[in-house]
Amino acid sequence: MKKLFFILVLALSISACGERIKPDTETGGDTTSAENNGSATAGGINEGSGIGGVALEGGKLVSYEKNAIADPNNVLSEKVVYFAFDSKSVDDDYVELVKHHGKYLSFNPDASVRLEGHADERGTREYNVALAEKRAQSVKQLMLYEGASNDQISVISYGEEKPVAFGHDEESMSLNRRVEIVYQ
Amino acid sequence: MFRKIIIALLCLSFTSVAQAVLKIDITEGFEGALPIAVIPFQWNGSAKIANADVSAIIMSDLARSGKFSPVAEKDLIARPQKLADVHYKTWRIAGMDHIVIGSVDKQSDGSYQVEFRLIDILKARQVLGYSFKATDKTLRAVAHQISDYIFTQITGLPGAFSTRIAYVTLKRDKSVYKSRLQVSDTDGYSPQTLLTSDEPIMSPAWSPDGSQLAYVSFESGQAEIFTHNIRTGVRKSRARFKGLNGSPAWSPDGKKLSMTLSKDGNPDIYILDLASGKLQRVTNHWSIDTEAVWMPDGKSLIYTSSRSGKPQLYKQSITGKSKPERLTYEGGYNASASISPDGKFVAYVHGEGNIYRIAVLELATRSSRILTDGPLDESPEYAPNNSMILFASQEKRQAVLAAVSVDGRQKQRLAFTDGEVREPSWAAVRY
Repeated sequence: MKKLFFILVLALSISACGERIKPDTETGGDTTSAENNGSATAGGINEGSGIGGVALEGGKLVSYEKNAIADPNNVLSEKVVYFAFDSKSVDDDYVELVKHHGKYLSFNPDASVRLEGHADERGTREYNVALAEKRAQSVKQLMLYEGASNDQISVISYGEEKPVAFGHDEESMSLNRRVEIVYQ
Repeated sequence: MFRKIIIALLCLSFTSVAQAVLKIDITEGFEGALPIAVIPFQWNGSAKIANADVSAIIMSDLARSGKFSPVAEKDLIARPQKLADVHYKTWRIAGMDHIVIGSVDKQSDGSYQVEFRLIDILKARQVLGYSFKATDKTLRAVAHQISDYIFTQITGLPGAFSTRIAYVTLKRDKSVYKSRLQVSDTDGYSPQTLLTSDEPIMSPAWSPDGSQLAYVSFESGQAEIFTHNIRTGVRKSRARFKGLNGSPAWSPDGKKLSMTLSKDGNPDIYILDLASGKLQRVTNHWSIDTEAVWMPDGKSLIYTSSRSGKPQLYKQSITGKSKPERLTYEGGYNASASISPDGKFVAYVHGEGNIYRIAVLELATRSSRILTDGPLDESPEYAPNNSMILFASQEKRQAVLAAVSVDGRQKQRLAFTDGEVREPSWAAVRY
């Protein structure tokens, strides 16, 4: 399956100030071909996925081309999913992002990812390893729903062992509660 | 990605020069501690060896136990060297219950003869006396052994000064990640590195006979459980399933390891028979089940489970057939149990809000008590003689080891000089 799947300019769900922006227009997900980047055109991906036809100012390109993951302007350039304390569910703000990666995997069967689960420093080390694995599994599950296959996704949990922020404040801890999507 | 792993196949008996890496300070306590005077031992035929000062080691051991309050050397009212020199009345007036006298005599073959006597002032007689042969390499070990004798004679509890502790140290920042599995004497001396890795090392656990450590290492790019013989350096991979491989804990007979695996979908508890390699599943629940530890009778486990929504402690028979019994109800976070060797108490991490402290639950009465101040205390580990709990703590943004007496009255800090130190495990016996 080596087609081009160009969809819309869309919509990373997070604006500069960190608040979610609701799309103000929705267009149908039909089959205008989209060779010209920057215009909002839909490329007929999985029906009913809910992501077709959404355009946003300042949004990012949504494309599942093979090299799309290397494009800093593509929605797939976002590769970290953050979590609430002691929560394993993918937050609403990140569901779309995870789905994009899931679709990318489904359209690129040769691609594979490693989901690295992490927790903040609160609580016990082994419980945090288990919690962070649950987080990574939640992300994996969403990707599978989008058509990614089981053998494209590996999961590892580091618990609280590998923080990215070394402070002990809430901001640092919220940065550490995460799943990193690492393309192999 | 290439991962550099250096496995130090060091024999622990190779220890040459004792070197303190952990520094131990007694930060609180003494109330109710027994007064004892350890008279500086006289060295004959040799100058005192600075890092094998036998009487100073005994004094520091007894002080660290929290049960004794040794007189500072400068405050000693007399320094008898022989039993006949002890003036009981003077010591009695000074309020002293016991004194320890002794000597270190260098022999013509280069070895040392170490003698000590424990004198009960009220009974006005010697209650214990031994002579040991030592080399300059074993003088510290002999001193710890003497501490054990004295501790046991007076308290009736087994001493734990001769055993070892294991812990993980970590140096990490944005560019460096270096973890080490280390083993040292209980006073932090003679540290030996068993494993160095640039991936995490977690959850060291001593085998009941003190000969092996089980731990989790991520060196292969995934969590893997190893057992590692500390003397021969031989280690074996025991679990490398897809997903989690964590929380190894030895059965009291040393023949099995309980562990957390997620190979069947969720983190659940399994028991591995080490000889046959047979794996038995204990829990089967969609929530997190982890951090299992064995009751001393080997018939049941206590573990952390989030089956009620938040992590709580549960007890269950190892057959997995009985219903798990919930042990903790207070607070939204109770995890990481360590069972006292007599099976009567469970130390655990108790979290409320953002404060995580060490608490102890009495199994018979189900009453619990918080022992420490937090805010990020974890990894409690009972000393083999039930008298103290080691734990990992944060102090001034520095990860340290700390110890608290089981009544919560005495607290000590075991500071690490370089980087973070965490996850203490205390061997029951010295191998």
